[in-house]
Amino acid sequence: MNKRWTLPSGYGRNVLAEYGKDVNSDGLLALVVITALAFDFTNGFHDTGNAMATSIATRALPPKIAVALSGVLNLVGAFLSFSVAATIASGLVSSGSVTLTVVFAGLVGGITWNVATWFLGIPSSSSHALIGGVIGSTIAAAGFSAVKWHGLVSKVLLPALLSPVIAIGIAAIGTLMLLRLTRSIAERSRTRGFRIGQIGSASMVSLAHGTNDAQKTMGVITLALIAHGTVQPGAKAPDWVIISCALAISLGTYLGGWRIIRTLGKGLVEIDERQGMAAESASAATILLSSHFGYSLSTTHVATGSILGSGVGRRGAEVRWSVAGRMAIAWVVTLPAAGLVGAGAEALARGGGTAGLVVVAAAMMAICGGLFLASRKTPISSANVNDEWGSGTSSLLSPAAAPAPVAA
Amino acid sequence: MNTWINWAALGKIVGIGLLAGAGLPALFAIGLRLVTPSSTVAAAAGPVGTFDASGSSAGRGPVALAAGGFCFAVVLAALGYGIFLIVDH
Repeated sequence: MNKRWTLPSGYGRNVLAEYGKDVNSDGLLALVVITALAFDFTNGFHDTGNAMATSIATRALPPKIAVALSGVLNLVGAFLSFSVAATIASGLVSSGSVTLTVVFAGLVGGITWNVATWFLGIPSSSSHALIGGVIGSTIAAAGFSAVKWHGLVSKVLLPALLSPVIAIGIAAIGTLMLLRLTRSIAERSRTRGFRIGQIGSASMVSLAHGTNDAQKTMGVITLALIAHGTVQPGAKAPDWVIISCALAISLGTYLGGWRIIRTLGKGLVEIDERQGMAAESASAATILLSSHFGYSLSTTHVATGSILGSGVGRRGAEVRWSVAGRMAIAWVVTLPAAGLVGAGAEALARGGGTAGLVVVAAAMMAICGGLFLASRKTPISSANVNDEWGSGTSSLLSPAAAPAPVAA
Repeated sequence: MNTWINWAALGKIVGIGLLAGAGLPALFAIGLRLVTPSSTVAAAAGPVGTFDASGSSAGRGPVALAAGGFCFAVVLAALGYGIFLIVDH
């Protein structure tokens, strides 16, 4: 038990050197912690659909029960994170250029992109949003040479390219086998059986999500604490960090990103229980195996690939590749877009001192608040999440609602 | 030596991924098929008012039930191993 929460020593020294004696460092630390928890929260609602969209679409679970179950499992999963590494984007940017301001600005980039894509109903990667934000803010602070391009390609870009393809393949083969094997089973027993299978496999995805994603924020906060001198390098991550991160991601998940759930559950493929189980099993296996082999994949990319695969594996099923294509464009844009916001935030925050930090925080809250208010005009909730795709409540990914809603 | 892609890890992810991600649901399907009565029987046991005269009330034999149970047990064990991987990670 002694080894729990142990951090690798040496991380964050540079941050300590730069900010340890800064008069504003208490305020900056508090700002980073709050912003990190806010990111964790957006990470939660942005990714609820990865696990639960299929179960909601097939009505294996009532929408509100589904998000509650996912929230609880994310909480449990977050407490299972036994080895928190006090790091942010390690191996992607040179750790010598990561300051508290860089971390703050990177988080701002990640949050802004997460909220913007949620508004548009696009399931994009929360991890990519954070990585993009931090890379952008690092470039603004220390120039392009501070980015480890080889690490970025081999650890982020190639896995992002390969993982959806692998997920499509596994889910398609799984769907093909399930449909064949269950032909002779009466529909009633089949539906009941596969609802259980679907909920079980989706629960594994939720659990893995809680562990993987909450750990990232725990690492960011712990890094900030080490930088501030509150926590010694090599010490355990404080309990309150674990608890607050677990609660933030779980609350976010419970809130349910209905706009994204709708896109994943109804926008790509019309699925039944068997396809749902095939999709979630493929997601769970791909995510768990990859993290076992040291790759931190985007849960979103894998989940989307699996859902597409469950359509590919069913002969005659309509797969809306146009929606998937627009989604893929958003995935490609995620890193640079979050990076631009992160870079802008870093430049403002560094140039403007305390006032700059306040301006950046206020601007981020204004943008997110504005998007939230705008979302009320086309609300998507547990009540209409399962409406026919293409009807008025579709996200901007659906052609019906594309540039401007035309009066019907 | 390729520093961009770890082909060995990729192969394992695809191979074991297929076994776990597609094989386990298939095993679950086989288990379900073994423990559920055939379609005609289930239709006969349907809601009141359903017209179906073809079903005999024969259930599944003990061997089929045991085999089905074994399938479910393997799936559950794999699920447990998955949780162990999460905790152990």
